[in-house]
Amino acid sequence: MRTFDVTVIGGGPAGLAAAISAEKEGARVLLIEREARLGGVLKQCIHDGFGVIRFGEKLSGCEYGARFIKELEKTSVEVSCLTFASKIEKTEEGFLLTLIKRSGLEEISTKTIVLATGCRERTAKQVSIHGSRPAGVFTAGTAQYYLNVMGQMPGKRCVILGSGDIGLIMARRLTLEGAEVLGVYEAKPTPSGLMRNIYQCLNDFEIPLHLSHTVTRVHGDGRVCGVTTAKVDEKMQPIAGTEEYIECDTLILSVGLIPENELAEMLGVKLDPSTKGALCDQLYMTMTDGVFSCGNALHVNDLADYVSESGDEAGKNAARYAAHKRELAEVHFDRNFLYVVPQRIDLTDKSKPAVFFFRSSEERKKTRVRLLLNGTEILKKTYQNLRPPEMERLSVDLSALPLEASSKLEFVMEELPS
Amino acid sequence: MKKDLICISCPNGCRLSAELLPDGAVTVTGNACPRGEAFAQTELTHPMRSLTTTVRTAFPEMPVLPVRTKGEIPKEMIWTVMGSLSAFVLDKKVRCGDVVIDDVAGTGCSIIATLDL
Repeated sequence: MRTFDVTVIGGGPAGLAAAISAEKEGARVLLIEREARLGGVLKQCIHDGFGVIRFGEKLSGCEYGARFIKELEKTSVEVSCLTFASKIEKTEEGFLLTLIKRSGLEEISTKTIVLATGCRERTAKQVSIHGSRPAGVFTAGTAQYYLNVMGQMPGKRCVILGSGDIGLIMARRLTLEGAEVLGVYEAKPTPSGLMRNIYQCLNDFEIPLHLSHTVTRVHGDGRVCGVTTAKVDEKMQPIAGTEEYIECDTLILSVGLIPENELAEMLGVKLDPSTKGALCDQLYMTMTDGVFSCGNALHVNDLADYVSESGDEAGKNAARYAAHKRELAEVHFDRNFLYVVPQRIDLTDKSKPAVFFFRSSEERKKTRVRLLLNGTEILKKTYQNLRPPEMERLSVDLSALPLEASSKLEFVMEELPS
Repeated sequence: MKKDLICISCPNGCRLSAELLPDGAVTVTGNACPRGEAFAQTELTHPMRSLTTTVRTAFPEMPVLPVRTKGEIPKEMIWTVMGSLSAFVLDKKVRCGDVVIDDVAGTGCSIIATLDL
């Protein structure tokens, strides 16, 4: 049986970065990817905006991915594409992984695992749209694959439900390729995507954005022939009498992403209900010793640059991992936060600053975020705006802090007069 | 007259309030860095965009190739460039970064591959 120090599951932006950084630490690394080519979702992300933080350049997703693949090729990382991890078991030495490959089944042994399995799109079934099940209902990611990889148009007259970034990007993409995008419908009173995407994908092409509106029914036998939209109330329930029938042949859904954690669950890795990813410490180790998590499997990011950053760290720490008893302090936050990652601090390693990522639960104007240790302020930062779709990053130096497992470390937020 | 803009230079997406003065100067508030000022200046006088799209290829294993403009083109030229690309079929193998079309639609800007074919 082959043995590895670090096995990275998933060859997208998180997994590529994790494999490269683990190998740099001298680890014997296996990277497994279930598709034929590395890159994950970057393969279909032809739009630009990637790499501004990491490389100081505006790259397309494909170019961004290619940089990591090139880097990976210079390493001794063993890459196994068209490989699916079907089973993980804990052993004395680490983990026993069952892989399904074209050549058959293989069992390998690995000291640590980095879960870089990404996320999945929410589907029509998960947002309770009624009606028949005709062809022409796509998730935004599927429509993106059709257009950018297969070179096929998913439809001619499109309605987009949800204002997530992929939906906004697809509104522009479909328009450029000659489809008519009739409108983007968002049940929430505020957009779900980044403001710059509202600006350059919708406003530039005069595509209407209908906030507090949803699609309640899909019509059509064989193929979509129309959808019913309606205004929604504060509880996001459709308001009777506001229904409108819109003739279209395609409904595209951009209604959220959910971290993929089937393998994590198989290992009994503890998940955080607010992120739907694993609970982890500042070294990206989950609550299961030797199992690390990064990228969109950990929490859904809005920038690939941050996904890679978490991969760098998870890979490096997995390579350096030596079994030890962790001493964990909990990270608390008030209700103004949607979530904070990492959720724990391992006090046995305070050598490096901890990088926190958080989202506000609501749209806010000028806001101050403070980090308190047993009620005493240790850090503060003022933001001109905070929006749930825009993740914020905060680096905190732990080395000088009198932090103990019983300490109360808490993030608080207060709106300031603007 | 003041105009609300979103800076698209980086992921921060600063909300800008900008005004084009009669002498051609632009006043900007809300920007976190100098790029916001440059963006507002261009946006109010001659808006520019980068264009990312695909071109058809003669190769069945990759029927379309992702491409982008090397740099930015005037926003009003987007449809002209899309039109000229729709008639184009790439019949030779290229690498990521290679020029696919030089000076597309007279913009002075080239179209480059963003993936190996």
